Amino acid sequence: MTTTPTTTPTSTSTSIPEEWKFTARDIALKPDLFLSGHRACAGCGPATVLRLVMKALRGPTIVTQATGCMEIVGSIYPYTSWGLPWLHTAFENAAANASGIEAAIKALSKKGKLKQEHIDVIAIAGDGGTYDIGLQALSGAIERDHDFLFILYDNEGYMNTGIQRSGGTPTGASTTTTPAGKIIPGKLEKKKPITDIVLAHDIEYAATATPYYWKDMMTKVRKGLEVKGPAFLHIFAPCPRGWRTEPSKTMSYSKLSVETCTFPIWEAINGKRTLSTPSKMYSLSPQKKKPITNYLEGQGRFRHLFKPENKHIIDQIQQVTDTNWQKLLKQCETTT
Amino acid sequence: MLVQEKGKVLVKQETLALNGDEAVALAAKHSDVDVVAAYPITPQTIIVEKFSEYVANGEVQTEFVCTESEHSAITASLAASVTGARAFTASASAGLALMHEILFVTSGSRAPVVMAVANRALSAPINIHGDHSDSMAERDSGWLHIYVENAQEAYDSIIQAFKIAEDPQVSLPIMVGLDGFAISHTLENVNVLAENVVREFVGERVLPMVMTHEGKSVPFKLDPDNPMTMGPNVSSTFYFEFKRQQEEAMQTALKKIQEVNEEYATLTGRSYGNGLIDTYQLEDAELAVVVVGSTTGTLKVLIDELRAEGVKAGLLRLRTFRPFPTTHLQEALKHLKAIAVMDKSMSFGGLGGPIFNEVRNALFDLKQRPLVINYLYGLGGRDSNPVGLRKIFENLQQIAKTGQIDMNIVQYLGLKE
Repeated sequence: MTTTPTTTPTSTSTSIPEEWKFTARDIALKPDLFLSGHRACAGCGPATVLRLVMKALRGPTIVTQATGCMEIVGSIYPYTSWGLPWLHTAFENAAANASGIEAAIKALSKKGKLKQEHIDVIAIAGDGGTYDIGLQALSGAIERDHDFLFILYDNEGYMNTGIQRSGGTPTGASTTTTPAGKIIPGKLEKKKPITDIVLAHDIEYAATATPYYWKDMMTKVRKGLEVKGPAFLHIFAPCPRGWRTEPSKTMSYSKLSVETCTFPIWEAINGKRTLSTPSKMYSLSPQKKKPITNYLEGQGRFRHLFKPENKHIIDQIQQVTDTNWQKLLKQCETTT
Repeated sequence: MLVQEKGKVLVKQETLALNGDEAVALAAKHSDVDVVAAYPITPQTIIVEKFSEYVANGEVQTEFVCTESEHSAITASLAASVTGARAFTASASAGLALMHEILFVTSGSRAPVVMAVANRALSAPINIHGDHSDSMAERDSGWLHIYVENAQEAYDSIIQAFKIAEDPQVSLPIMVGLDGFAISHTLENVNVLAENVVREFVGERVLPMVMTHEGKSVPFKLDPDNPMTMGPNVSSTFYFEFKRQQEEAMQTALKKIQEVNEEYATLTGRSYGNGLIDTYQLEDAELAVVVVGSTTGTLKVLIDELRAEGVKAGLLRLRTFRPFPTTHLQEALKHLKAIAVMDKSMSFGGLGGPIFNEVRNALFDLKQRPLVINYLYGLGGRDSNPVGLRKIFENLQQIAKTGQIDMNIVQYLGLKE
């Protein structure tokens, strides 16, 4: 790891410096900063995400985390999985933590009281801590232009408290607060377009990623860190317990989310959106795009949708997925 | 001017016309704060406005974070503090209530954040005027509580607050309460110190040293050189011990507040009782009031009048509410016949207000107990004038004479009924 940041703040995806590209060898050689021994479930998507994200750092870093699964599993006193300075204070304020840490770094640096030339600040929150309870603090911190990277690991529900619906839960999903009942077939509402909301703040760098495409994800972490100001990374991370999926299938669902265009991966640099390579394929060869049922089947949270009386919901999900995909393609075109 | 007292030359001071909020902002500036994170709310707003001017004019090197809510203001202050910075914030009323959750996190994280609270009523109905409902509701949040009498004390107490809170043996957050409008917005002559004198008095922030799992002694902060997990998930196996340590720090603060009060007196000639309690005509008094905040001044005038009339009246101002100075109160009040404890906040459904409860509780162990009644007053900024306050002493005289309380133990002062 270098101690000082490189100077290119926003390189486009076509000219990525070598050190931002990650290889399996890099990953193997880099020490873990989210260490083993944590109490995450077997097949936990977010745990894989954190381990890889922490291998994409560029120098001294402070991490702050919102309350949630990943906060709980890594900090069970007197043990810790964190190999770097780490702060948790509450659920709704990860971005405010980052604001305070960054302000302290700036102030201490100005007064010559800091040894390091630069310290990166990363705030991590789940979908509850981002879409819902943490949205105000996030919006405020972005508007104030703090230099930090906000990483949302989206497992589409309040999994830590026992699988409740959040603003990030998709239509049709059965959760403990939107159970598939006799009258109501799971969550009726849409998933909130969180990254669009963040982009509306005129943020310099925002991107989506998922751990099956780990090189892409890690490069995006690195790009986000290079930005001098706020950056946002939305990482889609399957949760076997909450999704009622096989722990061995986490990466399959991560992959299927892209293959079905449920969760396309892209990045926006200064508002200019570009599809990332894995998703770009479905723009170039639309026939390769898989039907939504490939993604939904096998997930216990969507099991009820396969009853004949709920077929229309699957059709509706397919239709919304197609509409959103077309909308995204247009957004990528218009900004190209 | 050079202040001279008892033949001793003290540091040079300048007299400025300042309201309480301005005095607080100046004290924070003089104390060389690294990070201020705050959100506007009446009657605190002048503090952040004034501080913003210092920032805009390059008079401070402070990072000023204008947060989108009080919740984020206290969060950012806490996060800055555990990153090693000297952090300051200010709030009042609904703002303090919005901070509620993080107040506990701040004390539990042992972050010595200093906060000025321009005490104001809580909604509903909405009311912007002064009472103590806001900070009394935060009694058990693990913060040190100091309440001041005037703008001078507001200036002095903010400076002292950094020194108390940041003592590595204390390492607790502190709120300094100044009565909304009566102090926050009222212009007074305030003697201020030179900036370098304050900086020397407060000193650079010294971090507590903690032991790592490798047995290394390192400063307690978020530091890439010595990674530390702060705010972990602690089960029933250890949680209780964390809380017990906070109580220990509170008791250490009880001594520290007195030490800092003395040290400040040596420097400036100003002290506030022993830092915990401040008395007026109490030594030979038979009747007394226990009060918090700006009403003290009015009561002193009244006590002078009563003394002239031959009534042995006195006063105890509770300056430090947390940690509660139990033994000091017992010692100071044990000789009295009757006491009225004044509360500018209510504990609905309880027996009287919070200060009454604490004071009466402290006196319970005395062999000879004074008779104690409670006065609820000043809610939502209701005026407390000498004529109204005189009624308290009339009742105390009657209680002292008969040796019993022949009236409701909880009285309302100045209530329309």
